Amino acid sequence: MAIKAVPVRHPGRWVAAIVVLAIAAYVVYTFVLAIQEDHTTHGSGWASVWFYLFNGLILRGILVTLELTVLAMVVGIVLGVILAVMRLSPNWVMSWVSWLYIWFFRGTPVLVQIFFWFNLNLVLKSVDIGIPFTPLWLHANTNTLIPPFMAALLGLGLNEAAYMAEIVRAGIISVEHGQTEAAQALGMDRSLVMRRIVLPQAMRVIIPPTGNETISMLKTTSLAFGASVTELFTRQQQIATATYEVLELLIVASIWYLAMTSILTVGQYYIERHFGRGTQRGLPLTPFQRFRRMVFTFHAPPPAPVQPPISIPSEHR
Amino acid sequence: MTGNPMVKAEAVHKSFGRLEVLRGIDLEVYPKEVMCMIGPSGSGKSTFLRCINHLEKIDAGRLSVDGELVGYREGGDKLYELHDREVCHKRSEIGMVFQRFNLFPHMTALENVIEAPIRVKRESRALAVERGRKLLDGVGLGEKVNAYPNQLSGGQQQRVAIARALAMQPKLMLFDEPTSALDPELVGDVLDVMRGLAKDGMTMIVVTHEIGFAREVGDSLVFMDGGVVVEAGKPRDILTNPQHERTRSFLSKVL
Repeated sequence: MAIKAVPVRHPGRWVAAIVVLAIAAYVVYTFVLAIQEDHTTHGSGWASVWFYLFNGLILRGILVTLELTVLAMVVGIVLGVILAVMRLSPNWVMSWVSWLYIWFFRGTPVLVQIFFWFNLNLVLKSVDIGIPFTPLWLHANTNTLIPPFMAALLGLGLNEAAYMAEIVRAGIISVEHGQTEAAQALGMDRSLVMRRIVLPQAMRVIIPPTGNETISMLKTTSLAFGASVTELFTRQQQIATATYEVLELLIVASIWYLAMTSILTVGQYYIERHFGRGTQRGLPLTPFQRFRRMVFTFHAPPPAPVQPPISIPSEHR
Repeated sequence: MTGNPMVKAEAVHKSFGRLEVLRGIDLEVYPKEVMCMIGPSGSGKSTFLRCINHLEKIDAGRLSVDGELVGYREGGDKLYELHDREVCHKRSEIGMVFQRFNLFPHMTALENVIEAPIRVKRESRALAVERGRKLLDGVGLGEKVNAYPNQLSGGQQQRVAIARALAMQPKLMLFDEPTSALDPELVGDVLDVMRGLAKDGMTMIVVTHEIGFAREVGDSLVFMDGGVVVEAGKPRDILTNPQHERTRSFLSKVL
């Protein structure tokens, strides 16, 4: 028999909610109006926001932003895994070099690193000077000037690798030592244990923060502006400098950044859900499922309490 | 018991830092023999077992499996450390079953069993699968080949772990308290599998608290305490007529 009782009233909650909503509405209103008034000085306000939203230069900038994000994350993840394995290596030189790399690349600002790569060609004709490159980049850069895109990619990717290394290391450490021992007892060597047993299990811990890093990277690519890479932020800046519609174009860029991070956020949610499978008994509903349930059961009686999965013997009931 | 010993330990010592865990172990295990090791926790039983497949390195003494030193090669009067590859090869010939099962949770029961034969022994997948199914059948889990470890009970997991070790066709099986983490109800199934193995002539060293199993299945029994073998012999003799005071007081608590 369901319990029927008069719920406790919370007038304080209502007051707080109304105050917060009022403040939010005021902020939005002021802002929208400010853009409208910008019309009188430089640009044409919201009209130019809509106008530039699907501008060809902006769209091409978005493409470069996405390219940079994907490539920098690939560099970061591949190098990060290598660094994490080196860090945990019994060879102290490997471990020390990895530590030094993480210390340096995590300890200096990304913008500084991008500028560094961008300006490197001014002082060095050859860049294969013992900086821990992956073979892929070694070939591309020997005795050539680094184009802006490459400078940004190196700056972002190598910096990301330092963070990914720590994320991967945390994942590897999270796998119980008994797993390694069981694999060793079967005659597996170090690399086989890592590839087949430890890393697949570490993924559950590695995936969620990697999603975070990807979302963060999408926005950090705007620093490629420093290397004059024509990505989204640079494009809006170029248009704004020419037309003086500064605020309008910043809004255009913000809309696109928000749209892209929103898509990634949704993607991350589902990937995390996928990797959480098997560790939880039942998965929580997705927002969509919750929404559907809410709509369809709005006028229906509340759902019956969930039955415990294991039936209790009748004498204990 | 005839022939050369499968495992031979002479004055084996092992320390962790300043803690001396093994203080001179001497014993021999012959082919097809089932040796059970009992003793209080911290007496060095598990450590000794782990030394046999080189999960731990011994500090002093000699330890050999099937006539070959564990972890070293003898050349003249010098010892040469074995390369990782050789250590792995030797481990692949010794099966080990752990107290906490240590199944690979991201693989099904069958995948757990066929992983090492395919990756380490380079068996063909078809052959490994065929033998894997047979082994899982043999431990009574023919129905569970596609189940993941977290869908199995502790007893079932431990039987998969035994099948996984057997898939490498080992010449020696090491059991490190295989039933200590199990619900009392589930112990029997695991012991039945081990009993069957013993009957088939597998050489086994079993660290256990199951005195009944030691008495019934064991060919020999070793009582360890404080890193030394206090008493060794026929299970029946030791269990019914212990010679040492320490053995007597231990048995009085567990029997």
